[in-house]
Amino acid sequence: MYPELGQLALILALLLAVLLTVVPLAGSLTGRESLQAFARPLTTGMFVFVALAFAVLTHAFMTDDFSVAYVANNSNSMLPWYYKFSAVWGGHEGSLLLWILMLTGWTMAVAIFSRRLPSVMISQVLSVLGMISVGFMLFIVVTSNPFDRLLPNVPADGADLNPLLQDFGLIVHPPMLYMGYVGFAVAFAFAIAALINGRLDAAWARWSRPWTTVAWAFLSGGIALGSWWAYYELGWGGWWFWDPVENASLLPWLSGTALMHSLAVTEKRGVFKSWTVLLAIITFALSLLGTFLVRSGVLTSVHAFASDPDRGTFLLVLLALTVLGSLMLYAFRAPVVHVRSRYGSLSREIFLLLNNVLLVSATLLVAVGTLYPLILDFFQLGKISIGEPFFNLTFSPLAIAAGLLLGVGTFSRWKKTDAGWLGRKILWPLAVSMLISTAAIVAYGGFKPWAFLGLFTACWIAMTTFWDLWDKSGSRKGRVHGLKRQSRSYYGMVLGHLGVAITMAGATVVSNYGIERDVRMVPGDTAQVEDYQFRFVGIGERRGQNFTAQYGTFEVSHEGKFVAELHPEKRQYAVGMSVMTEADIDAGLFRDIFVAVGERISDDAWAIRLQYKPLIRWLWLGAVFMAVGGFLAVSDRRYRIRDPKTSRSTSSAGAATGKTDAQPATGAAS
Amino acid sequence: MKRFLLFLPLLVAVTVGYFLYAGIGKDPTKLDSALVGKPVPEFELKDLQSPDTVRNESLFRKEITLLNVWGTWCPACRDEHDDLMWLARDKNVAIIGLNYKDNRDDALKWLNQLGDPYQTVIYDPKGTLGFDLGVYGAPETFVIDASGVVRYRHVGVVNKEVWEQVLLPVINDAQESS
Repeated sequence: MYPELGQLALILALLLAVLLTVVPLAGSLTGRESLQAFARPLTTGMFVFVALAFAVLTHAFMTDDFSVAYVANNSNSMLPWYYKFSAVWGGHEGSLLLWILMLTGWTMAVAIFSRRLPSVMISQVLSVLGMISVGFMLFIVVTSNPFDRLLPNVPADGADLNPLLQDFGLIVHPPMLYMGYVGFAVAFAFAIAALINGRLDAAWARWSRPWTTVAWAFLSGGIALGSWWAYYELGWGGWWFWDPVENASLLPWLSGTALMHSLAVTEKRGVFKSWTVLLAIITFALSLLGTFLVRSGVLTSVHAFASDPDRGTFLLVLLALTVLGSLMLYAFRAPVVHVRSRYGSLSREIFLLLNNVLLVSATLLVAVGTLYPLILDFFQLGKISIGEPFFNLTFSPLAIAAGLLLGVGTFSRWKKTDAGWLGRKILWPLAVSMLISTAAIVAYGGFKPWAFLGLFTACWIAMTTFWDLWDKSGSRKGRVHGLKRQSRSYYGMVLGHLGVAITMAGATVVSNYGIERDVRMVPGDTAQVEDYQFRFVGIGERRGQNFTAQYGTFEVSHEGKFVAELHPEKRQYAVGMSVMTEADIDAGLFRDIFVAVGERISDDAWAIRLQYKPLIRWLWLGAVFMAVGGFLAVSDRRYRIRDPKTSRSTSSAGAATGKTDAQPATGAAS
Repeated sequence: MKRFLLFLPLLVAVTVGYFLYAGIGKDPTKLDSALVGKPVPEFELKDLQSPDTVRNESLFRKEITLLNVWGTWCPACRDEHDDLMWLARDKNVAIIGLNYKDNRDDALKWLNQLGDPYQTVIYDPKGTLGFDLGVYGAPETFVIDASGVVRYRHVGVVNKEVWEQVLLPVINDAQESS
């Protein structure tokens, strides 16, 4: 009974989404306010029914209703309740429902937080979001109904959730990632609405900015969680594999980062409009591409859901309609007349433009590397996938270049920066970063050119960011007053850039100075990695709720002093009979010690993987900084309190002449 | 001219879309069926119904057979079971079962309740043969010719439609060439 209710709710939500697509848009084009007024109530209705469907599916999981095919395939009565809950999005159908729940959630948020927007604009934005919802709801109802029943042959028990996914990481990683993916739909909807009206002005950029930043912050967090999960759960100790699906999440992140910066220029200086709008379209298209790649089975990946040509085709049609439709609109409506706004060769505009060029190059690079196998396959040149070496070799120089530019760009001013002044500004940060990175290289033992460049760039970003903060916070009333005076969006930028520096330092050090050793050990053996001794004490057995495990006991000591006792496990799950390796990790801010048990070689000898991972935590710490920075930036008061009179005047002035608005350069670069 | 440049993204998108479209339906799992054209891997596993009998690859040297990978833990296997019964009874197809990562008692109970379409069932609780065959999940069905060579691998449920459109042509083909 309940599952049918869920299905009904989905269908009702679909009908409301169709209305949302048609009615407010028609109202905005004919200028009838009475029709535009339907936008918000329809959005609410759509969200409520999707939430209801989601609740019904969750209920089916919690009550072990194995008559529902999706539940039978992804759950088991022996699962602990929290995994039953996260199993709701453990497979294709449920995760798609979660995707839709978030899309309607974002739509709802736009309806709530955009009270100040002109009615025409908001009804168009909500209509565009409704259109996207229609596509995905059709997709789920037609090809991937999560409420399909297995009647009359109800299985006695479920096939269990994939043990890889029975983990805290899975509870949080997909929702966070989807929040990011789907969030870019909002920036997309604003861009499309602006194209329809022909109002690509500073006001449009200003409305898009907080939504883009929030989506970006979620995506940063989601990607980091995925990397963290892969690190401790997959049992190999790697943190990024350039897997197609990882790449699919990195693509919108890179172009989203470009979009964030280019929106800043468009808002402040009224230039790069066509470019910004294109980036908004591309970023969302890449989010959709990611969804497509995971679910169509076009590329092989650890993340791939069971491939189904029907689903693939449907999604591709959806992707094509969205992307081609919006690019067509773009081609006909984007402004070609260049706004005459003057900026010198060392202006902040130019630095941000270069930043965009680098980020978009990186996006293209990752896209080519990811899709290359498809193209080869098309020309019958064999199935291959592009490995890490390609990405490491090509991505690192771009990242370093972007980092070096970021440092200089921090000091630049809108319109024009004096070259001599800029040169004097960067002198001290340059010297200090040189010193710190050289010292770090010496401490880690051994000069490697890439390690030095990476560390130097990370220090450089951090130093210039601090230097700029120091400069700006100078005040006659004292330092504390000066620090307090800075806006939250400025602090958001500081945190975001520091995050980039931290992640970069972590990535550089762990890939250049991390040590991995695969050894054969019998109980009583000791092995040495770096300055750490690992003593293999023995193997024992234990029983979990739905698995049995063999666990090793290892004593780790550092120069004779005890550090930790670690218990890596090999788990055998009762239902699917699958075996999982659970590494044990002694985590620290400056280094991780990682032990995993591999195969049994002979009676008492085991293959053991020992790893020393310096600074690996910094990878994810940096992402936390970025995400917090993003949230801090949107909490800035300029997004909350706005004098309607000034906002109108800046927007029309920006649109008409492209002249700068009256904001001082200080708080501008968030 | 500048307007023309704005069409560039559209052109790129169409090209990429075309490649993506061509990629659909080319199942990436086909990558693993490197086994097609090669003999069934060597194995020594016990029989499900008579635990004292050890089976090996010579099982497949008599006639064209279907090797069906199944388990009681797999709901989709329950779905295809009736069709397998139909194949064995009405179409006289020789089917050998590979009971994959399962428990002997459960499997025997299943066959007692639902009927036994298999000539022989190989019991593979640890999934060793399944691993050698590159099994991705259950159910999967391999077409194996009379000389023990793998001709085709089908991932997913076998039903009447799959039988007529996919498996039968492969079997006819195998018959002609031998």
